[in-house]
Amino acid sequence: MIKFFLMVNKQGQTRLSRYYEHMDLRKRTILEAEVIKHCLSRSKEQCSFIEYKDFKLVYRQYAALFIVVGINETENEMAVYELIHNFVEVLDKYFSRVSELDIMFKLDRVHIILDEMVLNGCIVETNKTRILAPLLVLDKMAES
Amino acid sequence: MPAVSKGDGMRGLAVFISDIRNCKSKEAEIKRINKELANIRSKFKGDKALDGYSKKKYVCKLLFIFLLGHDIDFGHMEAVNLLSSNKYTEKQIGYLFISVLVNSNSELIRLINNAIKNDLASRNPTFMCLALHCIANVGSREMAEAFASEIPRILVAGDTMDSVKQSAALCLLRLYKTSPDLVPMGEWTSRVVHLLNDQHMGVVTAAVSLIACLCKKNPDDFKTCVSLAVSRLSRIVSSASTDLQDYTYYFVPAPWLSVKLLRLLQCYPPPEDAAVKGRLVECLETILNKAQEPPKSKKVQHSNAKNAILFEAISLIIHYDSEPNLLVRACNQLGQFLQHRETNLRYLALESMCTLASSEFSHEAVKTHIETVINALKTERDVSVRQRAADLLYAMCDRTNAKQIVSEMLSYLETADYSIREEIVLKVAILAEKYAVDYSWYVDTILNLIRIAGDYVSEEVWYRVIQIVINRDDVQGYAAKTVFEALQAPACHENMVKVGGYILGEFGNLIAGDPRSSPLVQFNLLHSKFHLCSVSTRALLLSTYIKFINLFPETKGTIQEVLRSDSQIRNADVELQQRAVEYLKLSSIASTDVLATVLEEMPPFPERESSILAKLKKKKGPGAGSELDDGKKDPNSEINGGMEPSASTASTPSPSADLLGLRAAPVATSSAPATAGNLLVDVFSDSPSATTGLVPGAEENFLSSGAAASVSEDPALPIAEADELLNKFVCKNNGVLFENQLLQIGVKSEFRQNLGRMYLFYGNKTSVQFQSFTPTVSYPGDLQSQLNIQTKTVEPLVEGGAQVQQVLNIECLSDFTEAPLINIKFRYGGTLQNLTLKLPITVNKFFQATEMQSQDFFQRWKQLSLPQQEAQKIFKANHAMDSEVTKAKLLGFGSALLEKVDPNPDNYVGAGIIQTKALQVGCLLRLEPNAQAQMYRLTLRTSKESVSKHLCELLSQQF
Repeated sequence: MIKFFLMVNKQGQTRLSRYYEHMDLRKRTILEAEVIKHCLSRSKEQCSFIEYKDFKLVYRQYAALFIVVGINETENEMAVYELIHNFVEVLDKYFSRVSELDIMFKLDRVHIILDEMVLNGCIVETNKTRILAPLLVLDKMAES
Repeated sequence: MPAVSKGDGMRGLAVFISDIRNCKSKEAEIKRINKELANIRSKFKGDKALDGYSKKKYVCKLLFIFLLGHDIDFGHMEAVNLLSSNKYTEKQIGYLFISVLVNSNSELIRLINNAIKNDLASRNPTFMCLALHCIANVGSREMAEAFASEIPRILVAGDTMDSVKQSAALCLLRLYKTSPDLVPMGEWTSRVVHLLNDQHMGVVTAAVSLIACLCKKNPDDFKTCVSLAVSRLSRIVSSASTDLQDYTYYFVPAPWLSVKLLRLLQCYPPPEDAAVKGRLVECLETILNKAQEPPKSKKVQHSNAKNAILFEAISLIIHYDSEPNLLVRACNQLGQFLQHRETNLRYLALESMCTLASSEFSHEAVKTHIETVINALKTERDVSVRQRAADLLYAMCDRTNAKQIVSEMLSYLETADYSIREEIVLKVAILAEKYAVDYSWYVDTILNLIRIAGDYVSEEVWYRVIQIVINRDDVQGYAAKTVFEALQAPACHENMVKVGGYILGEFGNLIAGDPRSSPLVQFNLLHSKFHLCSVSTRALLLSTYIKFINLFPETKGTIQEVLRSDSQIRNADVELQQRAVEYLKLSSIASTDVLATVLEEMPPFPERESSILAKLKKKKGPGAGSELDDGKKDPNSEINGGMEPSASTASTPSPSADLLGLRAAPVATSSAPATAGNLLVDVFSDSPSATTGLVPGAEENFLSSGAAASVSEDPALPIAEADELLNKFVCKNNGVLFENQLLQIGVKSEFRQNLGRMYLFYGNKTSVQFQSFTPTVSYPGDLQSQLNIQTKTVEPLVEGGAQVQQVLNIECLSDFTEAPLINIKFRYGGTLQNLTLKLPITVNKFFQATEMQSQDFFQRWKQLSLPQQEAQKIFKANHAMDSEVTKAKLLGFGSALLEKVDPNPDNYVGAGIIQTKALQVGCLLRLEPNAQAQMYRLTLRTSKESVSKHLCELLSQQF
């Protein structure tokens, strides 16, 4: 199961956080700070999986932005690693070359995309067209 | 694709976000946020009804603020209102806010449920999906009660849209997890299984998650999913990559779904039906074959996706553990990955191979990769990969390669990361014992371990080598010779002295024939180490000496001389003194026969499970922290008892309590050590007084000080939080000591040597005058003789809103543990207010920091080795383990912080002198954080027992 999905930049600012198990705000802040510290301290040669407390972190870096996913032992690390990339490609497709600014200013859209892909800690949709379908409906309604 | 500027841009929101981005400092950001929060609050409270758009905008802002790490305590109602909007964008934001911010026990659930009910009935698929997502994310019991019966219906109904089915499946999964009793199995279950056949891949993806969860509780009800999953998998695996259109990811057909199907199959044993099994084996073979084919794309995404499936297939093959052919192929495939240039693949291959090594079919195949794995251990740049390599070496070890693996691990140990040293030590010790054909090799290995990584060799390890030497007479002579040689080194680890002392005491006679290791030479060698050792080792050596008197009568005179010397017979440590006195008497009174009986060779130990193995198992537990707590209650923790001739003679130190290297739990002092059995038990008992009698808990302190206060005609007990307030000031001198609706008390203080001055500021927070305002200082317990505080009287009237100041001059006469009390009485309105607090004066305020070099530090550390001089505590971190904060606290505590003293850079050591009028107390401290377990070990050594304990108690509350 996926426990949480984070986007954090190099300065340690959280840009997106989605928890699939309840965690109170104080713990979240601590966790996010520690997670980014772990990721930043690693070099490119090191592997993308970190054992952290009871779960594993799978992370990828895109420019100054880290995407970190916390999983338990029932997930396949490599599959989650590619899920992150698939998510980024979907963002890229929707925002046409996504940047950190898009994620800040259009946070609701990013949430919609993530919710279409991961629900309740499980991967639910991986097809880009279908992931974006509800958003396109939304944008069409806004234009009309 | 729409550009960012398009869509329903909320200008206000964009402006707000830009403002936040432009904030130069955290303070500016907080200010801006507070301004915005006030604005939103007033908008929500205002009489003007807000339109949907504004509500949406403000709710969006709140979400953004929440994400920045600020708590949001309003706006929930407005979000709920948005749910009933029929504009999709507004509804969507409402649901998003609720699923991110509302937890399952909110009072709003009923209102939310209402909105969900309407949306589910709307037959508008987008609305239905939003509602189902919301249930899946919040998933409270009340929601389960309202919808548990309806969701299965939606899920299996023929006319439900695909996207709704997907959401419904995950929604049901959530309800089943939170309230399984409310989700009854029924007619729908078989139809859920058939969703695996659904033509829509998204529906299958969602259904697999649901089925994987349901089948764990009711495997029989869902058994048919095996054949369906196999046929689905087979269709995906064998299809050309173009067949699945959009579910193909970089030329790999439906990688995530394949992984999930393979994972689902791991819930069941291999299929019994031959046809199904044949088809599955074919799938697995195809997956293995594809790994060998040239890649269809050069992109790394292609190979990653392919490998994700491959690793999952290998997991399934290992899970079945019944197809030798597939197991060997899997092993060869992983072997290739071991040399791959991608670190991720090497990591996963090592991890996966570790489980493969335990299968009888593939064990031999795994072993062929030994050179690669050893190389990984030596050259990998990532500690987590090296850790996996060490695990794999351990798993693949057997009689044929044990010598090679052990020697590689030993040489790795010299440069190994601190974080995994202890584990490697345990592994080496276990392998050496398990696969020893020739026990001289075993002895050599363990002595090497002690030489290379003595600090990481726990008691279990050296206990075990002694057990084995005693039980096997073919190795005793060799062991005696080897330890004798090892002890020749000018600097050897204390654990080496322990093993050497014990073994020579038992078997020194076996090498005594050689004039180079004559009895007297042996004795002089051991005794040359004596003075550098800790109390427990010295106690062990004293026992060795008495055994020498028995083994070699010619040494009697020399040894009696040593025992008789003041440094033994008048030793400040009771344990050492007692041993010296009793052994001296025993040697002079008892006849040779009696002596020979009392000091007879140790009988063989009963064979038990190795305590080291038990320890490694513990270390490997899921969370080291919780493991420690469990361990203490573990009834099986007696395994370590192997060292005692009879387990009942002394309480056994529990090995699990040793997880952080803690010395054994308090052992009852044996009152009559003159009998043979007890004597030997004693050798291994830890110095008893070191850990017994912990400082009375804060609770007791509180009671005792209260009692004392009442004697000194002060009726008020300190308030319940007094200890907590006091703790806040242990590492700082200024701040607010106390505050309630009426009164605020601030403190400012400075200390030099044994003197201090404290300013107390009493602030009247009301608009009414306080009358008869009288603060009085009192001394609980013996404090009167330890601390002298002079106060100036304060004006009895404190005007509303005014602040008065009181000066206290403090002199520390001798060290103390209780804090002085201050009682404050005044009249407010008609009523008498009475309040007692602890004054923030603790003994560490009189610390004078001392800088010293590493060498001096350790010399002094050794000098303070009496058990009562040391106090130690192991405790869980209550705050984030930030090294800067820790340093600041230690400096605030008063001791100097010594850099480059401790070999482990994560540890902190400090030194200082407590200045009192009567005496000065030198203090050394060492704080060892264990970030993984979120724990600390704190050790204090001072020249005074009460000071060690008290400082340890005070400081341990600070982290």
